[in-house]
This record gives sequence, structure tokens and C-alpha cells, in this order.
Amino acid sequence: MDTLQVRIWRGTEEGGFQDFEVPRQESQTVLDVVTYVQRKCDSTLSYRFACRVGVCGSCAMTVNGVSRWTCRTHVSKVAADGKVEIAPLRNLPVIKDLVTDMREFFDKWARARGSFTGSTTRKDAFAKVSPESKERKRVDAGIECIGCGVCYSACDVVTWNKDYLGPAALNRAWTLINDVRDTARTERLAAVAGDAGCHACHTHLSCTERCPKGLSPTAGIAGLKRAVLAATLAGEIL
Amino acid sequence: MNRRSEVLLWGAQRASAALLALCVVVHLVTMIYAVRSGLSAAEILGRTQGNIGWLIFYAVFVAAVAVHAPIGLRTILAETFNWRSRGLDVFAGAAALTLLMWGMRAVIAVFGGGAA
Repeated sequence: MDTLQVRIWRGTEEGGFQDFEVPRQESQTVLDVVTYVQRKCDSTLSYRFACRVGVCGSCAMTVNGVSRWTCRTHVSKVAADGKVEIAPLRNLPVIKDLVTDMREFFDKWARARGSFTGSTTRKDAFAKVSPESKERKRVDAGIECIGCGVCYSACDVVTWNKDYLGPAALNRAWTLINDVRDTARTERLAAVAGDAGCHACHTHLSCTERCPKGLSPTAGIAGLKRAVLAATLAGEIL
Repeated sequence: MNRRSEVLLWGAQRASAALLALCVVVHLVTMIYAVRSGLSAAEILGRTQGNIGWLIFYAVFVAAVAVHAPIGLRTILAETFNWRSRGLDVFAGAAALTLLMWGMRAVIAVFGGGAA
């Protein structure tokens, strides 16, 4: 029987890779490999998953050095030589083995004012937003983010600047900036400005390259840079 | 440094980059033209000295460099060495003044014929 040579990170921030042999199967995903190890080789292995079909985003890990959803990554795609190295997502504290602490990732969404602020109540009529409007198209381009953390893990700027908000939080801010119903535009632009915000992005495009949903946080961040500069020149951001 | 200043620095670097893109092209084309035509240094200086157009062009070029490079250097130092104190801003400011001084010294020499 064909086998895969699998190396899996064990431990927390301190730790090392442990080797396993896993039977090779047709249409096998990397998540299948991790599940096999946990069920057949070492039940103490910790990892995170839920839907297994690319909806929830909770199974994101680093596979052969690349941040990916393991449930949507076929072994045949990443292990042509029969070897797979599986590690936790980069740029996040490791709780145990393949499980990261995602609190800072989501805290940064809050810091980027990633929640909608409206001015109407349930008694008011629905807002009418044309699907053809420029703003709505920009929102459409970024709204499908499910917060898996792959872009955050792939981003070198996050590695260099721990305060940097990261691609997902900035992408979220960009969708809200373009939401014509939102009333916190200036506060949000101020929240994403500067060294820890959108202007720290070097346009490496790693987030865009790795986003499993095919989004381009880089494009949204570029839009934020321009919008923040315009607001600053207009005296709205102090 | 506050957010507003950070944003303005970013804008200044973008604007100076746009200027530099133009200046570098003009500079390179001029250099290649001068070299291919076999002009000597004396002949080149003979055409630049007293020429207000070249004075303005290279003064703008030097100013754009003095704005652009220190802002980039500041970012590189901050990210590489996690240096984000007031000292970094002072260092970047000193780098800007140094580049401006050296550059303008050359510009004046090319325009006026002083020691470069």
C-alpha cells in the first residue's frame, strides 16, 4: 500500500515535528490525513475542524509552508513526492499542536471597527442599494470573507509588525466603508489609518494569492489607503 | 507619530514616487543620449551650466529623493528592528536633510560650475 510521510507540529510555541506514516488514498485531503493520525496513530493530537467542505474555514493550517484550508486541499496537489508537513497557521499563538489562538485576529476586526453602524430602526423602510452601484460592487468583491485566518497567516507584514490589523480586518473595514447605510465612515477610516493600519501594507499580494475564497484584500487595502489620505487631506482625520 | 502624520508621510512618499518615476526616465534618457553622442564631461557641463531648465529639473529630482528615500528607510528600520520611537523620526529627518544637502550641492555645481 502507498504511504504518505507526514510531519505534524506537536507542542505549543515550543515544540517540534513528529513523523507519521499514513496510508495513501484516492481523493484524500490533508484534513483526512490529520484525522487519520488523530484517530489511528495518536489520539492526543489537537486540531480544529467543523464542516469539512470549505464553508466554515476552521481547518486552516500551514501545509508544506503554505497557509491553506486543509479540507479543500487534496494530498495529490501538495505532496507529489509523498511528503506532507503540517503546521499551525503562522502569526498566531499556538495553543496546542495545530490549534491556534485566534483572539488577536478577531480583536483586530473590532479595532478596525468591523461592525456595522446604522442609523435606522426595524420600523424604517429597507435601504435601496442598486446592485449596479460602484459601492455595492466593491462590497460584493470583498463580502464573502469567512474569517478563516489564511490571509493573516500568509501576510509578512503581520510577522514584522504585530500591531498591523491584517488583511481580513482591513477587507472588512473596506466593505463597510462602501456600505452606503453605514454611519461610522470617518471613525473607521481613522481606525485603519497609519503604521498599524492600511498604510503598512506592502502590496506583496500574499493574502490575495492565498485567499481560499478568491478575494483580494490587497485591492480593498489599496482603496482604504486612498480613502484615508483623502479624508486626512480634507481635515476629517486628526 | 500620530495617525495623521503617518498618513501624510505615506501620501508624500506616493507623490514623490510619481515624480521620481518621471525624473528617473528623463535622467536616464538624457544620460544615454549624452554618452552615445560621445559628449565629454566638459561638453555636458557646458550645456547644463546656466541652464535654468536643468537647474529646476534636478532640484525637483533631488527634493523628491530627499522626501521619498527617508520615508522608506524609516519603514524598513521600524519593521526590521522594531524601532518605532521618536529617535527613528529624528534619524529619518536627518537622512532627508543629508540627501537634500548632498543632492543640492551637486545640482548647484552642475548649474553654476562650483566644486561638486
